[in-house]
Amino acid sequence: MTAAAYGNLFSILWPESILEIVSLVILVVDLGWMRGETTATRMRVASLLGSIGAVLSFAWLEMHVGIASVMGGALVSSPTVVAAQSCILILTTLVLLLGLSVRFTRNPGEYVALVLLATTGMMLVAAARDLLIIFVALEMLSLSLYVLAAFAKDSAASAEAALKYYLFGGMSAAFMLFGFSYLYGLTGTTSLSAIAASLAIAPLTPLALVALVLAAVGLGFKVAAVPFHLWAPDTYLGAPAPVAALIASGSKVASFAVLIAVTAALVPAWGWTATLLCMAAASIVLGNLSALVQSSVRRILACSAIAHAGYMLLGIAAHTLAGDQSVMTYAVTYALTTVGAFGVVAIVERSAGSDRLDAFAGLSARSPLLAATLLVFLLSLAGIPPLVGFWVKFQMFAAVLRAPLASGWGLGLVMLAIAGSAVSLYYYLQVLKRAYVTPAVISAPLKVTRLELFLLVAIAVAVVLLGIFPDMLMQWIPAV
Amino acid sequence: MLAWTIYLSFGGALLIALFTQGRPQMARALALVTALGGLILAVLAFFTQSGVAPIVDAAWIPAMGIRYTLSADGISRVLVLLTGFAAVAGVLFSWNIDRRVNEFFGFYLALIGGVYGVFLSADLFLFFVFYEVAIVPKYFLIAIWGSTRREYGAMKLALYSFLGSAMVLVGLLAAYAISGGHTLNLAALQQFAFPVSFQMWAFPLVFLGFAILAGIWPLHTWAPTGHVAAPTAASMLLAGVVMKLGAYGCLRVAMTLFPHGLDPWGWSFLGIGSWRAVFALLAVIGIVYGAAVALIQNDFKFVIGYSSVSHMGLVLLGLMSLSQIGLDGAVLQMFSHGVLAGLLFATVGRIVYERTHTRDLSALSRMHLSRTLPFAAWLFVLAGMASMGLPGFSGFIAELQVLIGAWAAFPVFTVIAGVGIVVGVAYTWRAMQKAFFSDAPAGSSPSALSLPSQELHVFDPITWAEKAGVVLLLAASLAVGLAPRLLLDQITPAVLALPHTLLTGGRL
Repeated sequence: MTAAAYGNLFSILWPESILEIVSLVILVVDLGWMRGETTATRMRVASLLGSIGAVLSFAWLEMHVGIASVMGGALVSSPTVVAAQSCILILTTLVLLLGLSVRFTRNPGEYVALVLLATTGMMLVAAARDLLIIFVALEMLSLSLYVLAAFAKDSAASAEAALKYYLFGGMSAAFMLFGFSYLYGLTGTTSLSAIAASLAIAPLTPLALVALVLAAVGLGFKVAAVPFHLWAPDTYLGAPAPVAALIASGSKVASFAVLIAVTAALVPAWGWTATLLCMAAASIVLGNLSALVQSSVRRILACSAIAHAGYMLLGIAAHTLAGDQSVMTYAVTYALTTVGAFGVVAIVERSAGSDRLDAFAGLSARSPLLAATLLVFLLSLAGIPPLVGFWVKFQMFAAVLRAPLASGWGLGLVMLAIAGSAVSLYYYLQVLKRAYVTPAVISAPLKVTRLELFLLVAIAVAVVLLGIFPDMLMQWIPAV
Repeated sequence: MLAWTIYLSFGGALLIALFTQGRPQMARALALVTALGGLILAVLAFFTQSGVAPIVDAAWIPAMGIRYTLSADGISRVLVLLTGFAAVAGVLFSWNIDRRVNEFFGFYLALIGGVYGVFLSADLFLFFVFYEVAIVPKYFLIAIWGSTRREYGAMKLALYSFLGSAMVLVGLLAAYAISGGHTLNLAALQQFAFPVSFQMWAFPLVFLGFAILAGIWPLHTWAPTGHVAAPTAASMLLAGVVMKLGAYGCLRVAMTLFPHGLDPWGWSFLGIGSWRAVFALLAVIGIVYGAAVALIQNDFKFVIGYSSVSHMGLVLLGLMSLSQIGLDGAVLQMFSHGVLAGLLFATVGRIVYERTHTRDLSALSRMHLSRTLPFAAWLFVLAGMASMGLPGFSGFIAELQVLIGAWAAFPVFTVIAGVGIVVGVAYTWRAMQKAFFSDAPAGSSPSALSLPSQELHVFDPITWAEKAGVVLLLAASLAVGLAPRLLLDQITPAVLALPHTLLTGGRL
């Protein structure tokens, strides 16, 4: 590569570079000057710096919306990619700010720096269109998250969460790399667009099938689709709340963005759609059914995340412009809502020391506004209009039914998905029942900082407004 | 104009929920003002408009061809009027709610707003949004302020409702995809010729989805438990208007969108040869079954709950007659049952239960309520007579029209439905006799020991709010019973304007 090519590469990577630089600055500031301060102060400074970095990066992104690609199309930028990346940055900022008062670590500098590194990975994942870049970016994301999941060093649950996440993740990454190597062997290229062209004319071989299935393992792990979902409940349960929120939100958005790109490349090969559909159907059924019996709210969110991944896989398998658009709007709004829900869970945990359903008893009496935001988040996840969760489901199922590729399976799987979301109302209502119906065990008002309340109300308002005016969402994430 | 019924209700709900915490009197007053505002708008529109009156039509989600379209025809106006009555009466009968008052009226008005929205929507997406908006408030109204097994009743009702709307959603999405995905406007979709094979499965799916909310047998079981568990105002709304949402959806969406789904299959089994006959059969079973079960209940509220199932069966039977007079009767019965069920639930749940603290018929029979609570006794006599179809009240003319309409298509079913109506007389009579006019001596049972000297028991006087609510609902039923033209002048043109493929059962 020439110097000009590097300059070109750097020009498209400015937002990621900003994050990298800020994460290093945070480490220097925190370890250099802040060691004498209390952990709370250090956390505030580090999180504030991290948020500033994310905002700077966001500003650069929004000023440079356009279509660009470097290194022969290995990394691209387009309005859709920018929307995904902007959303990831917003989610990271929210996670950092909502995590300010969560006490789980004595090393805030490292924590925030790692969050920013993970975010960099997510942004690269969303932009990558080359097998190697995808793998490197996914590893960058995953390695940061493994460490973050273990960040509550005093907590055995956190260690267990991290270990499960790491073992499953490492294994599936290896499978995926193996599959990618087969794909390279079959097509002689690592570029997704070239692979698509090559697979379209290649004869069906068992080798290609093996490659597809192996690639599906790695991506299925990232989106927590059945049968690669086993890590999710324990990781969501044990990881520190902000980290769990990050795993459930930004990481999901990035993974679905790359899954759309990979699908565009692999769909010509017979079997990819079928693989996606099997994962989708199994995720919808298992995710919803397993959520019914949980008594921990974090685990309910984890199981429902599996189900939501199932719905989104349907949209991906439809493989139309409208379908891809709907998957992105779904992933983005789902992530936003989940961050909000985790924010409420973290606040309740801080007071009750547990995320069991009983800890939510009487929430509406202890903090009416907080309970109202939880109501909005969970009903949106259940797909109740006029909240945005309903709109994205409607849009996606409509796109699936209209997709030419889906003529054989569309109706049946959409019915399954709608039945699944009917079931989901039960477990979301279980949480809301505690919050609104069951009398409070602890009657003291809940301690909620102004910042937390402001952010949660802002997210709830966004969920309502985007649901009432979904056109804003569709213009922000265009169908291209 | 009518669009403001929706905005007013949701605005009122938000205002009350956010700003009246700790000020119950203000919450009640605001709720009453909001509900009255809705009623006034509904009455004005009812007397000034005729035919199809478009209200709003604005681009909403252009990329998917979804528009914000509200419009009202005669059927909508009648049901909006019913909602107005039920809403005001419900506020009046929940004047005594004293726990979490602002939340109660917030949920209550949100439910009302959703109901208005359903009756006025002319775009299916909008219709469905309002339809689902009405589910969640019901859950909380019952689960928080309810009585007997409230959490069970509330959850059952929410899940049944959501199951029904899931079925509807599948049908709507499929219709949207098949018609090319350009529009969800109801009138535009009615013009589209859906393949008959598609209508044959979409119709029963969507119809049944809606009919769950209308209490169709055997998916009616949410209704009695939900009604019994609900606080009085919520029972009134559930039986009064929410069940009408289901019947309205059956007529407005399922039947007009997929009229060929009602065609004969070409083969028959035991005389059942079309979805029309299947649903008519289920409706008739509902009529008889609901009445028979009501006959043996010992909980006063369960009697009314099962009678709702029975009466809604008549609505569904009227719909399946596919004749002008039958459909007229069905819509009229929706209005009539809405008013009368509200009245009955108010009598049992508010006027009697809040004073005697029991709904057990054998316990009530020892209290000699006809002497200690004459207002309730005479009210129940009037409401019960109206409900069993006494001429002069709204129920009579509605049931008559349904039966005449159904006779041509289903003579056997009609006879059985007539038997169900007779059983209806029996259970109303039995409940009336046991609760109010029993001669059972006060001291004949051990439980009387805990309530000494019922003979002398003085109950709280009837409040102004109760009297006002009673007068409102009784007047509505009486007016319609004496001058059914009032409603029929609105209903009949709207029924005749339904797609011509639908009214195969003949018109007058």
